[in-house]
Amino acid sequence: MSTTAQTAPGTAAPSYYDLDEHEHPPGASTMLGFWLYLMSDCLIFAMLFAAYGVYGGSFAGGPGPKELFELPLVAVNTTMLLLSSITYGFAMLNADEKNKAATLRWLGVTGVFGAAFLAIELYEFSNLIHEGAGPWRSAFLSSFFTLVGTHGLHVTFGIIWLVTLMVQVARRGLEPANLRRLQCLSLFWHFLDVVWIGVFTFVYLLGVLR
Amino acid sequence: MSDDLIKTIFGRLTLESFPIHEPILVGTFIMVAIGGAAVLGALTYFKLWGYLWKEWFTSVDHKKIGIMYIVLALIMFLRGFADALMMRAQQAMAFGGSEGFLPAHHYDQVFTAHGVIMIFFVAMPFVTGLMNYVVPLQIGARDVSFPFLNNFSFWMTVSGAVTVMMSLFVGEFARTGWLAMAPLSGLDYSPDVGVDYYIWALQIAGVGTLLSGVNLLATIIKMRAPGMSLMQMPIFTWSALVTNVLIVAAFPVLTAVLAMLSLDRYIGTNFFTNTGGGNPMMYVNMIWIWGHPEVYILILPAFGVFSEVVSTFSGKRLFGYTSMVYALIVICILSYLVWLHHFFTMGSGASVNSFFGITTMIISIPTGAKIFNWLFTMYRGRIRFELPMMWAVAFMLTFVVGGMTGVMLAVPPADFQFHNSLFLIAHFHNVIIGGVLFGMFAGVNYWWPKAFGFKLDRFWGTISFWCWVVGFWVAFTPLYVLGLMGVTRRLRAFEDPSLQIWFVIAAIGALIIAAGIGAMLMQFYVSIRDREKLRDVTGDPWNGRTLEWATSSPPPAYNFAFTPVVHDLDAWHDMKSKKAERPTTGFRAIHMPKNTGAGIILAGLSTVFGVAMIWYIWWLAALSFVALIATAIGHTFNYDRDFHIPAEDVVNSEDARTRALQSAGV
Amino acid sequence: MNRRPARRAPGRTPFVRHLAAAAALLALGGCDTVVMNPAGDVAVQQSHLIVWSVVLMLLIIIPVMALTVVFAWRYREQNTEASYEPDWDHSTGLELVIWAAPLLIIIALGALTWVGTHTLDPYRPLARTAPGKPVAATQKPLEVQVVSLDWKWLFIYPEQGVATVNELVVPVDRPVKFTMTSSSVMNALWIPSMAGMIYTMPGMETVLHGVLNRTGRFEGRSGNYSGAGFSHMTFWTHSVTPARFDQWVAGVKRNRWQLDLGTYRKLEKPSEKVRPIGFGAIDRSLFPRIVGMCVNPGTTCMQGMSHAGPAVNDRPQAPGEAEGALTRDPSQKGESPHISAPKGNAPGAAQPGAEDNRNMTQLDLPAPLRATASKEA
Repeated sequence: MSTTAQTAPGTAAPSYYDLDEHEHPPGASTMLGFWLYLMSDCLIFAMLFAAYGVYGGSFAGGPGPKELFELPLVAVNTTMLLLSSITYGFAMLNADEKNKAATLRWLGVTGVFGAAFLAIELYEFSNLIHEGAGPWRSAFLSSFFTLVGTHGLHVTFGIIWLVTLMVQVARRGLEPANLRRLQCLSLFWHFLDVVWIGVFTFVYLLGVLR
Repeated sequence: MSDDLIKTIFGRLTLESFPIHEPILVGTFIMVAIGGAAVLGALTYFKLWGYLWKEWFTSVDHKKIGIMYIVLALIMFLRGFADALMMRAQQAMAFGGSEGFLPAHHYDQVFTAHGVIMIFFVAMPFVTGLMNYVVPLQIGARDVSFPFLNNFSFWMTVSGAVTVMMSLFVGEFARTGWLAMAPLSGLDYSPDVGVDYYIWALQIAGVGTLLSGVNLLATIIKMRAPGMSLMQMPIFTWSALVTNVLIVAAFPVLTAVLAMLSLDRYIGTNFFTNTGGGNPMMYVNMIWIWGHPEVYILILPAFGVFSEVVSTFSGKRLFGYTSMVYALIVICILSYLVWLHHFFTMGSGASVNSFFGITTMIISIPTGAKIFNWLFTMYRGRIRFELPMMWAVAFMLTFVVGGMTGVMLAVPPADFQFHNSLFLIAHFHNVIIGGVLFGMFAGVNYWWPKAFGFKLDRFWGTISFWCWVVGFWVAFTPLYVLGLMGVTRRLRAFEDPSLQIWFVIAAIGALIIAAGIGAMLMQFYVSIRDREKLRDVTGDPWNGRTLEWATSSPPPAYNFAFTPVVHDLDAWHDMKSKKAERPTTGFRAIHMPKNTGAGIILAGLSTVFGVAMIWYIWWLAALSFVALIATAIGHTFNYDRDFHIPAEDVVNSEDARTRALQSAGV
Repeated sequence: MNRRPARRAPGRTPFVRHLAAAAALLALGGCDTVVMNPAGDVAVQQSHLIVWSVVLMLLIIIPVMALTVVFAWRYREQNTEASYEPDWDHSTGLELVIWAAPLLIIIALGALTWVGTHTLDPYRPLARTAPGKPVAATQKPLEVQVVSLDWKWLFIYPEQGVATVNELVVPVDRPVKFTMTSSSVMNALWIPSMAGMIYTMPGMETVLHGVLNRTGRFEGRSGNYSGAGFSHMTFWTHSVTPARFDQWVAGVKRNRWQLDLGTYRKLEKPSEKVRPIGFGAIDRSLFPRIVGMCVNPGTTCMQGMSHAGPAVNDRPQAPGEAEGALTRDPSQKGESPHISAPKGNAPGAAQPGAEDNRNMTQLDLPAPLRATASKEA
C-alpha cells in the first residue's frame, strides 16, 4: 500500500477526523444483534434436534411415536401457531401505518393463539405423563419432551414479552423504540414458527410414518 | 420445627454442608473472611462505596467493564493457581504408601475446580476484558453496540465466579474433572451438590459470555469508524471478530449439553444415564463440539495481541496482513471439524479417527503461517525489547513446542498412548500458558499505559517474565516425561518411587511460577506507587500504529471527541506520518448511554436462583426466578437510557489534552 | 559505531554445561520410557509413529526457533547496522513458502496417519506379532473379557474358564483380544508396554488387540478418571511362556471359588487397593449380562429392547434407578457408590490404622476369597 498519491503536503490532504458528525440513531445495531442472538438460539435447537435424532429410537421397551402421537391434535396445535404468525404479521403492518389500536388488537389475537398453542401442548404433555410416558421413561421421550418443551418455553417467554410490549405500546404509542422492539419480537415469533415446522415434520410426521 | 419444614425451607442444606472438619478449608475461609472484612472495612472507611457503585459497578463504559473483567480474571487466577500448588504438592508427596495431604474427596474437587476456574473464570474474562477494552478504541467507536448488555454480561460472569467460590465454603465442588463427563457426573454417581454447582456456575456465566459475544460482534460489524473497511481493521479486532463468531456459534452447544445434564439430574431424564436408552458417549461428543472451538476462543485473541505487539515493537507494518486474516478465518472454520480428536480412544473406526486426526493437523498450517508472519514482521525491523515484546518472543519459542506436541497427539495411534496422560496435560498447558496467558500478559503490559496513563514498572516486569518462562518449563517438561512413562492425569497417589523426582521438579517449577506471580503483583504495586515517574501524557507511549493510541491515556468517556476517519491499515501510524492535525476547536455535545444498576441486580438474582437450585430450595428458586423476570421486564420500561456529555465538558477535557501534548512537546 | 551492550560473558559456560546435563537427563528420561521403549509390537509401532511425527515436525520447528532467536538478536534496536524497512509487509514468494512448507509436512504426516491409523486400529486383529512374524490364519488370539469395576479390574478368560481381579496373565508372543465393558462409569484399559488405551463403557462393548513380546511384569492401569478410588486402579500384567501360562491356569482352576452372579454383585461394589483374586470357575453368561446391564435379578437385558436399530443402554429403568432430584427426598443425598468416605467398618483389615487406608472403601467379600492369584504366575 503505497503512499505516493498523498505525499504532497498541503494538496488536498485527506480528512482524518469527522468534524461534522451526525448523531447516530440509537439502536442502529439492534436488529443485527438480535438476529445474532436468534442464530445462537437456533444452535440450541440444533443440538436438541441432534439429540432427538440420536435418541429417537431408544424406547427402552417403552412406547414409541406411533403409540403416543395424536396427529389431529398436533395439527390443530400447528394451526394455532401458524395463525399466530399471520396475525403478528397483521400487527406489524398496522404498526407501520402507525395504527396503534389495530396493532394492539392484532397483538392481542396473536397472544391468544399463542396461549391456545401452549394450552394444547400442555394438555398433550399431561396426557403423555398420565399414560406413563413421561420424560423419564426412555431416552426417546427425554429428547422429545426436551425439544418440544424448549420450544414451548420459548413461546411462553414470547407471550410474556408480547404482553409487556402491549402495555408499552398502549402507554407510549408506536415510538421508534417500541417499533424496534416489535420488530425484534416479530423475528423471534416467526423464528419459533420455523422451528415448530421443523418439530412438526421431524418429530411428529416422521415419527408416525416410521 | 419439624424435619419436613426445615427440609422445605433449606432444601438439602444442613449444618453438615459447611466443611468445618476440613482444616484447609477452614483456614482458607478465615483468611478470606479477614481479607474480605479488611477490604470491605477500607471501602467503608474511605467512603468508596458510592464511588464504586456509580463509577464502576453500574458503568456501561466498555473501558471500565473491560478493566473489571481483567480484575476478575486476576482474582480468580490466584484461586486457580492455589489449586495448582495444592495438586503439585500432593503429587510430589504421595509416594511409597503415603497418601499425601489431600483425601480423594478433596483432591478430586481441587483438580476439577482448577480446570473450571482457569478456563471459565480466568482465561475467558481475561480475553473478553481485553477485547472489550481495546476493540471499540481500535475501530474508533465511542462504546459497544449494546452498552447495558455489556454490563449485564460482566455481572453474569461474576455471578458464575461467585457461585464457584461459594462451593469452597458451602458444600463442595464437582469431583468429576473439568468437563464433568457423564455418567460420572450423573445423579447416580455424583449425587452431591458438586456437579450442580458446576452446572449453574457455567450456565449463568455462559449467558454472560454469549451475550458479550453477540455484543462485540455487532459492534465490530456496525460501529467501525468511517473509511475502515473489513480489510483495514486492526488485526486484533480481526481476531476479536473471529473469536466472537466462535463464541456465538459454540456456547449455545455448551448450554444445551449442560441443560440436558441438569434435566438428567433434576427430573430424571435419560440422556446420559446408563439405563433407559441413555448414552454417555453423547455427552462426551457434544461437550467437545463446544470444547474444541473454545480452545480457539482463547488462543485467537492472544494471536491478535501478538500481532499488534510484534508489529509495534518492530516498528514495521505487519507482514502478510491478508494471509493473517485468512489464517484466522481458516482456523475458525476448521476448529469445528476436529472435536473427535478428544476421544479417539472411545472406539470409532479407523477412517473416522484418521479423518479427524488429519483435520487437526491441517489447523497447524494456518497457525504455522501466522508464526512465520510474526517472524517476518521482525525481519528487517527495529525491535525494541519492551516487556510486551519480550512476552511475544517467549511465546513464539514456547508455543511452537506446544504446537508440535499437539500434532503428535493428533496422530490417533499415538494418541492411544498419550490420551489422558500427563503428556496431554503438559501439551495443553504449553499452549494455554505459553499462548493464551503469555498473550494476555503481553496485552496487559502493552495496553496498561492506555488504560491508566502510566507504564508498568520494567524491573519487576522483567523478573516476573523470567520467573514465568523458566518456571513454566521447569514445571511442565517433567510432565511430558511422566506422560511418556505411562502416568495418567488426575492421579492422587503413586506406587512407583522412580516417578517422584519428576513430580518434585514440577513442584519446584510451580514455585518459580508463584514467584513470577508475586513479582507481577509487585510490578502493579510499584507502578501505581511510582505512577508520576512512569506517566505518559502523549497517549502514545509505544509509538503505536492503531487508533487506540490516537486518544489520550486514559481515554475520555467518549473515547474520541471527533470520530477518526480511516484511510489505511494502521490508521494512527498513517495519521502520524501524514501529520494529521488533531482538531482543537469545534467540539460538540456527545451522545452517550447512561449507567444502570439493572445488570448487577439481575446477576445477583441469578446467583440466588442458581444457589437455590443447587440446594433444592425450591421456594427460593421460584421466588428469585419470578423476581428475575419481573426485574427484566421492569428494566424494559426504562426508556430514558442516554444523555449528552455537554460540549463544555468535552472542550475542557480536550483542552487539557492539548496542554498536556504541548508540555510534552509533541 | 559498533556499540554492543555489555553482556554477562562469565557464567555462560557453566550455564551451558548445566543445560547439556539437563538435556541429557531429559533425553534419557524421554527415551527410556515405557511409551517409547515398550515390550509389545503394537506399542512399538505406536512409538515409531511418535518418533516419525516428531522428526517431520522438527523439520519446521527447528528453523522457526532458530530464526526467531536470530531475528530477535539481529534486528534489535541497538543494532543500527541491520537494515530497516518499515513498510515492507508483503512478498508473494515468501508467503507461498510460508503456507507450502507446513502444508507439505502435513501431507506427509497425514499419509502416515491414514496408514498408521488403519494398520493400528485397535479393533483389527493383529496381522503380526513382531516384525517379520505374521500371525497364521489358524492361530486364534487369546480372548480376555475385561470389566472395569469400581476401582479394580476383572479379567475373565472364557476359553480357560477362569477369572482374575487386578491381575492379567498372558502368554508371550500370543495375540490377545480384549473385549471390554464397564460396570458403572467410563474407564480405559491402558497397558502402555502392550498397546494404547481404549475406553471401557457401561452397557457397551469395546475391543482392543495387543501382544507382548517379552516375558516380565508390566504395569497396567485405568486411563480415564472414574472417581475416588481411581489412583489405585492398577494391576500387573504378567507376560509368561505358554507352558507357564498353562500351569498358571491350572493353578487358578484349583481355586474352588466361582465367579457367579452373586459373587459378581459383591465384587461390583466400590473398593480400593484390592489385591489380586483368582476364580477357579466362571459363569459364562456373566459377561454378556454385564454388557446388557442386567446382573441384578429382575432386570431385563437391554439387548434387543430397541424397536429401531441398535441403541446403547436401552434397558428400562428399575425402580429407584436414575430418578431425578425433584422426586427424591433431599436427605437421600450421599447415597452413591462413588463417595470416598469410609462405609461401614474401618478399612484396612490387613494393616488396621494405617495412614494410607484413610478414606477408602473396602472390598466386601469374605476373606478366603481374597487368595492371591499371583503366586501361580
